[in-house]
Amino acid sequence: MAIELVQLLIYGIVLGSILALGAIGVSLVFGILRFAHFAHGDLMTLGAFFAFSFYVGLALPMPVAFVFACAATALTAVVIDALVYRRLRRTSPVILLISSFGMALILRSLVQLIWGPSNQVYDPGIQFPYLIWGLRIKPDQVTIIVGALVLVTGLHLFLQRTRIGKAMRAMADNIDLARIVGIDTERVVIWTWLIAGAMAAAAGIFLAIDTRLHPIMGWRLLLPVFAAAIVGGIGRPYGAIAGGLVIGIAQEFSTLVLSPSYKTAVAFGLMVVVLIVRPTGLFGGRR
Amino acid sequence: MDGGVGLLNYGIFLATLIGIYGIVTLGLNVQWGYTGMFNLGIGAFFAVGAYITAIATSDPSPSHLGGFGLPTVAGVILAMIGTGLLGLAICLVTITLRTDYLAIATIGIAEIVRLGLKNEGWLTAGVRGIAGIPRPVEGLVPGFDALTYLGVVLAALLLVYLAIERLYRAPWGRVLRAIRENELAAQAAGKNVVQFRIEAFVIGSMAMGLGGALYAHFVTFISPEAFRSEFATFLVWVMLIAGGSGNNRGAVVGAVLIWVIWSGTELITGRLPEDWVTRAGALRVLMIGVLLQVILLTRRQGVLPERPPRPIDE
Amino acid sequence: MSLLALDDIHGGYGGADILSGVSLTVAAGEIVVIVGPNGAGKSTAMKAVFGLITIRRGTVWFAGENLTRLRTDQIVRRGICYVPQVDNVFPSLTVEENLEMGAYVRNDDASPQLARVYELFPRLFERRSQAAGTLSGGERQMVAIGRALMLEPRLLLLDEPTAGLAPRFIDQIFETVRGINRALGLSILMVEQNARKALGFADRGYVLVLGRNRFEDTGPGLLANREIADMFLGG
Repeated sequence: MAIELVQLLIYGIVLGSILALGAIGVSLVFGILRFAHFAHGDLMTLGAFFAFSFYVGLALPMPVAFVFACAATALTAVVIDALVYRRLRRTSPVILLISSFGMALILRSLVQLIWGPSNQVYDPGIQFPYLIWGLRIKPDQVTIIVGALVLVTGLHLFLQRTRIGKAMRAMADNIDLARIVGIDTERVVIWTWLIAGAMAAAAGIFLAIDTRLHPIMGWRLLLPVFAAAIVGGIGRPYGAIAGGLVIGIAQEFSTLVLSPSYKTAVAFGLMVVVLIVRPTGLFGGRR
Repeated sequence: MDGGVGLLNYGIFLATLIGIYGIVTLGLNVQWGYTGMFNLGIGAFFAVGAYITAIATSDPSPSHLGGFGLPTVAGVILAMIGTGLLGLAICLVTITLRTDYLAIATIGIAEIVRLGLKNEGWLTAGVRGIAGIPRPVEGLVPGFDALTYLGVVLAALLLVYLAIERLYRAPWGRVLRAIRENELAAQAAGKNVVQFRIEAFVIGSMAMGLGGALYAHFVTFISPEAFRSEFATFLVWVMLIAGGSGNNRGAVVGAVLIWVIWSGTELITGRLPEDWVTRAGALRVLMIGVLLQVILLTRRQGVLPERPPRPIDE
Repeated sequence: MSLLALDDIHGGYGGADILSGVSLTVAAGEIVVIVGPNGAGKSTAMKAVFGLITIRRGTVWFAGENLTRLRTDQIVRRGICYVPQVDNVFPSLTVEENLEMGAYVRNDDASPQLARVYELFPRLFERRSQAAGTLSGGERQMVAIGRALMLEPRLLLLDEPTAGLAPRFIDQIFETVRGINRALGLSILMVEQNARKALGFADRGYVLVLGRNRFEDTGPGLLANREIADMFLGG
């Protein structure tokens, strides 16, 4: 039984790593631009399929394909912002919400048009798990956890050490004051999309490694991703990491008592409980 | 001659769906247009409405709960009550939170409804779906079943339109607008903001449930696959925004306009080369998605912008 | 020639004009105070300098240059810093990061300025790695002023720096303002609710009423004016 629990914990950390990477982007965008970006799940999908093209199509090594896919997704996010969101920024945030919901469908249809509507995988065949003290751990799962750890550390250094990273935190704190001290807010916005886009791509690729590629994979994960961002305190990237792990682990442990098909409902339930009990999230985000 | 009949039948089919979507769009107008409450779970309310009436009115079946063989009217009323309660439940949880959270909560409900329809076979017959949902006016005017049903749908649309238009002009609607424009001021004026918002959300949800119920009786077979929930949600949003949020005539005009455009996109994708056929659906969604962004960027107030009634003493 | 000149400014926040003809000047090295009753447009006049309101008519001159249509970050680069009345620190950033943000538009190494701000406010050095949101009101005001000094501006705009502070902090802030004015030769334009005290230490003052100039004189001159005393200084 104990082994089984540890096994679930590991699955939870894998899923949590993926959710955290998605939630970081949602949280950053919310902190800087003050709107819930509903196209984030489909940005994840797009990243996963970019990697598919680089890895399977162009036969590049996976790490290279990964970097290229992150870059391509980050650029896509910046372009979407420049074409649409930026022009709507002066209207109310709910208009941006609607727009991003429409953008989600645009991205999904593009993925279907370009890569087709069916399931795909990066590597056909089955991976044999390592067996350690009776625990089954697939090499891919190790890759995902380590990869997420590296990315989160990178994000931490960026936010704490670089000028633009600090400006980003400053802008999330108080956008008017950020303007007053002379921060070029549009430049910070571009950086926000670059990071959110790259992190979304990473989440999408890891999800595809863990499961498979499908045009709707990211949309299906949007709710747990938002749950993670909200549980962690929306607008707080560090909270998003914790929130991701909480949601991921809770989802896996729920399979002990619930049918696995209701994992998403567990994320939703946790989110609702947090919203009722502590609306600013566990780490004091924005209301 | 045959072509003419075919075209006529297609016209009736189109008009019936427009009527159903019109009702749902009016429901969203009460929530979003009147009150500024977000709902991204429209498809779920629609599906719940359809399933409730399907279970209530179809013949007893061993494969799912019921059916209870109730009259259609009872089924439709139950559908509206059920979706109203669902709306109430969502409100009770999220009403005091920011708009974004309501939007996320409605996505959550949509997702749970989708999972429930698929996995709770005892209730919904799962992926096999429910067949044999009665069409209420069958045989009333022999040979014109489709046309009579269209009449029923249009009558329902008219009723819903008149009812919520009346609400809009009543003091109730005025309070909702006040809440939408400035919640704090409305609160300061002694209005129970929470209660008004709940009422608006529940009324809107019921209209969506009604649309779903009418849809179920129209197509007579429903399954989880038949509801591309987030697509229905998206289409209704585009309808309301294109028509004009806050304006009920705009909502109906938007439903007509967008459904015609949506059907029209089929003409474009129909000309595509053979190997593109499987992707035609995606291309059509893409076109509507781009249309939404264009509307948001260029004519956010819609074809018929909101025109609140002026107070008499002005 | 004056460093800053507002010439017949009309404007507001998009709706009705809040300012309907404000003119004032600040000479190099001067401390100028704007006083007046609530709703007179004191803070708005200050925001006009900083490009934070819509100016419908009139011109803002700074060191011979027309600032009227410039963006806020361009104005900052010209050497003007603005310290708003409330929400004037980044709460989740540390004290030191807040100060660094003050030097955001500088492209050089700002550590000498940082050292000088710490010299001016030793208390901030003690608290340098503490989140600014956890500081007391007086300490936050120090952070806000210190952050403005990081840029070594030529003109400092202070919007009610003593609002909501305990009396012992009020004197401290006034002393600090005078200190940086003397030590750095920095011009200061400030809005003050605490009119008597402010006019007592300013070189010159303006009294605004309903978005217009009403009186202008030296600080002592305004203090001596019976009409002003009756109107705003509480007798």
